[in-house]
Amino acid sequence: MQMPHTSVLDPHSPQAQSIARLFYIDLSIAAVIFLLVTGLVAFAAWRFRARPGDPEPYQESGVRWLEALWTAIPSLILLVLLVLTAKTMLEVNPPVGKRKPDVTVVAHQWWWEYRYGDPAAVAANELHMPLGENWLLLISSADVIHDFWVPDLGAKMDAIPGHPGYLWIQPRQAGTFLGTCAEYCGTDHATMGIRVVVESPADFAAWRQHQARAPVPPSDAAGIRGGRLFAARTCRNCHSIAGTDAHGRVGPDLGHLGERATLAAGVLTNTPDQLRRWLLDPQHFKPGCHMPDAGLTDAEARDLASYLEGLR
Amino acid sequence: MSDPRATGGVATSLAQIPEYRGLLSWLSSIDHKQIGILYIASAVLFLLVGVAEAVLMRIQLMWPGNHFMSPGTYNQIFTMHGTTMVFLMAMPLLFGFSVYLVPLMIGARDMAFPRLNAAGYWLYLFGALMLYFSFMAGGAPAAGWFSYAPLTEGGYSFGPGIDYWALSLLVMGAGSVATAINLVVTVLTLRTPGMSLRRLPLFVWMTFVNSFLVILALPALNAALVMILADRQLNTHFFAPEHGGSALLWQNYFWVFGHPEVYILVLPAFGVISEVIPVFSRKVIYGYGFLASSTVAIAFLSFGVWVHHMFATGLSFAALYVFAASSMLIAVPTGIKIFNWIATMWGGSIRFTTAMMFATAFLIQFTAGGLSGVTFAAIPIDWQLTDSYFVVAHIHYVLLGGTLFGMFAGIYYWFPKITGRLLSERLGRLQFWLLVIGFNGTFAGMHVLGVLGMPRRAYTYPDRPPLGLLHLISSSFAILLALGLVLLVVNVIVSLRRGAVAGDDPWGGWTLEWATTSPPPPDNFERVPPVRSRRPLWDLAHAPPAVRDAGRAEGGGHD
Repeated sequence: MQMPHTSVLDPHSPQAQSIARLFYIDLSIAAVIFLLVTGLVAFAAWRFRARPGDPEPYQESGVRWLEALWTAIPSLILLVLLVLTAKTMLEVNPPVGKRKPDVTVVAHQWWWEYRYGDPAAVAANELHMPLGENWLLLISSADVIHDFWVPDLGAKMDAIPGHPGYLWIQPRQAGTFLGTCAEYCGTDHATMGIRVVVESPADFAAWRQHQARAPVPPSDAAGIRGGRLFAARTCRNCHSIAGTDAHGRVGPDLGHLGERATLAAGVLTNTPDQLRRWLLDPQHFKPGCHMPDAGLTDAEARDLASYLEGLR
Repeated sequence: MSDPRATGGVATSLAQIPEYRGLLSWLSSIDHKQIGILYIASAVLFLLVGVAEAVLMRIQLMWPGNHFMSPGTYNQIFTMHGTTMVFLMAMPLLFGFSVYLVPLMIGARDMAFPRLNAAGYWLYLFGALMLYFSFMAGGAPAAGWFSYAPLTEGGYSFGPGIDYWALSLLVMGAGSVATAINLVVTVLTLRTPGMSLRRLPLFVWMTFVNSFLVILALPALNAALVMILADRQLNTHFFAPEHGGSALLWQNYFWVFGHPEVYILVLPAFGVISEVIPVFSRKVIYGYGFLASSTVAIAFLSFGVWVHHMFATGLSFAALYVFAASSMLIAVPTGIKIFNWIATMWGGSIRFTTAMMFATAFLIQFTAGGLSGVTFAAIPIDWQLTDSYFVVAHIHYVLLGGTLFGMFAGIYYWFPKITGRLLSERLGRLQFWLLVIGFNGTFAGMHVLGVLGMPRRAYTYPDRPPLGLLHLISSSFAILLALGLVLLVVNVIVSLRRGAVAGDDPWGGWTLEWATTSPPPPDNFERVPPVRSRRPLWDLAHAPPAVRDAGRAEGGGHD
């Protein structure tokens, strides 16, 4: 799978840009201070190392003004940094006021749910956003504390149950951006990838209209067998598919699954064959995840994969 | 070996002191020196355990998608690594030095409450053993060393690991508070005549201030531990949001303890550095009053910065501004100490013993850790880098490159006092270079990993160059780091058997512990030299001959 480059210093939103600028300033100050300290220590270590016949050194116990000076200078530097910090905070994540969030992010152990407002649509593990619009994300959690972090797009925000957080993101380049859960959240914390797809407003509008419609099930024989299997097994206790009686919210929504790039929050590339392998043994690919081994035969897994991948 | 004192000689090793012979003398001891040694030895043992856990983690992370460990195992290992290094290694190591040295440095015969001192150690040891028993009792805790709720609630952590974690920390926490009270009372009541608070050695000053931090900070943790245990065992809902509890409440409790805890782990190392650098530079400490008072400032401020661990939780800007300001403010009294230590070296005649080399490396590495710390006080940068490998690098620069290097300086400096034998300087230098290269090679690149989006506490990571390369480099250098740490044990064993006899004052130290024999007799001093300044032994050495002889006669000693 092609992995896009990800870096705090490769900003693709004004928010990330502001943070990167502050980071560069901070790094520059830190570099100067570090070189100064290292230089002084190295010079002292070389110049004042003991030599045979050294006289007793002069017992200098302190000079007030010098100590006051090296207290004052760092204080001033930090004051400047504090002002820049406050300014950048307002640029990056200003108070929300009465603005309604554009999308609600619900973190789960160990996947992401995205709920869009009017027209209502739900997506899993892949967040679609329109290019250039300054969006407000509501970050929440269905279980433990998680954290939504896409370095290229800016700040992270904890997803805390009972304590919603807000995050502004204005993507300014189309493409796919990767992130991950940043707050340790249990067994599969490491495999809780975030995938943000930024597309032109027109493409985004089309995607959203499509997403809001109940998916059309496949009409081929394998797909139809798979659909029956889905309804007969326990899948719907945890998963939902619009237009069916599957309304579970423990696992990801599976409507339009075939249009996603990955499976299991970034663990596998999404192909029918990978889905078949995943269905046969989810614990192999994501040990400890909440999806049990459903005891499917290989043929059943193949049919189920045909059905799910065929939902369009 | 017979008692050398019977024939007028002086003990040159612990084995020659009859009171210290036999296992029972150690198990039942209320001698602060034996208890100090027990603390330090246990801490070094758990250091090796923690290092072994770190090595396992570095093997798992050597390349993307490695299957060396399952995620469940990895999560237990990183939780135990953090908990071990903070609570089972660093704190007891610092307590060990404190209870060993404080009575000697203030000219006392023992701690104020010797039995309480012993109780503190045994509470620690059994608390520590209880934590490790969890591996055999159904699984170790796996929620990280700060165990955020509600992951620790019964509905998410099924096994008994969290219960063991909370109980053992509670037991050790009670011991820590007892020991801290003991240290405060000892410093306040048992100083030898002439030893005013303004003449206390800086190590004692730092320990004194530190003890207040322990007394005030640990109860917040202990209270939170009781609450999580009640949540898990009695179905209360302190931290369960679905029943009206608060997940954030745990974080507030934990960091009200946890941030002072960081200073609890650093201040004694400051104390060690403040003793080692003057002695090996042959100069008086620069700005004694400044170093002591800035430590008091740190202690006060450290209770007002805890929210900087929670900048990404979506708190109001009003709270964020206050805690950004306090977090930057605390950098001032911490950072400027570095300049005092450099000024102490300036114009001196520096002998680069192993202890001094560790102290010098401390200055540079701790500065790096402090600067990356200030980066987190700039809140928007924290919003990007918190919970990433940048934090992992930061805490290790502060606690390993800082605290542990400082404590290594202390180990090389006071080992001859404690055991009567010098540690091998040759092995010491080898160990120093292994640690400096291993440490920086392991952790410097982690700053970059964090900037590239690598989250902490992940058992694996996507195959996205250069993450794999940076992890491989880190893991490779970790081998050197681990070897360097194991070499300490080798050096201790070799030097205890074959080390050069130290004598009373092998380094030309100036504080009272160097006025007695190495190792000191069970009652510490035959007579305590007069204290007329911060450096009683310097005064003795620099007094006119007549005064010096009078001082010797007055102060005694064994010559």
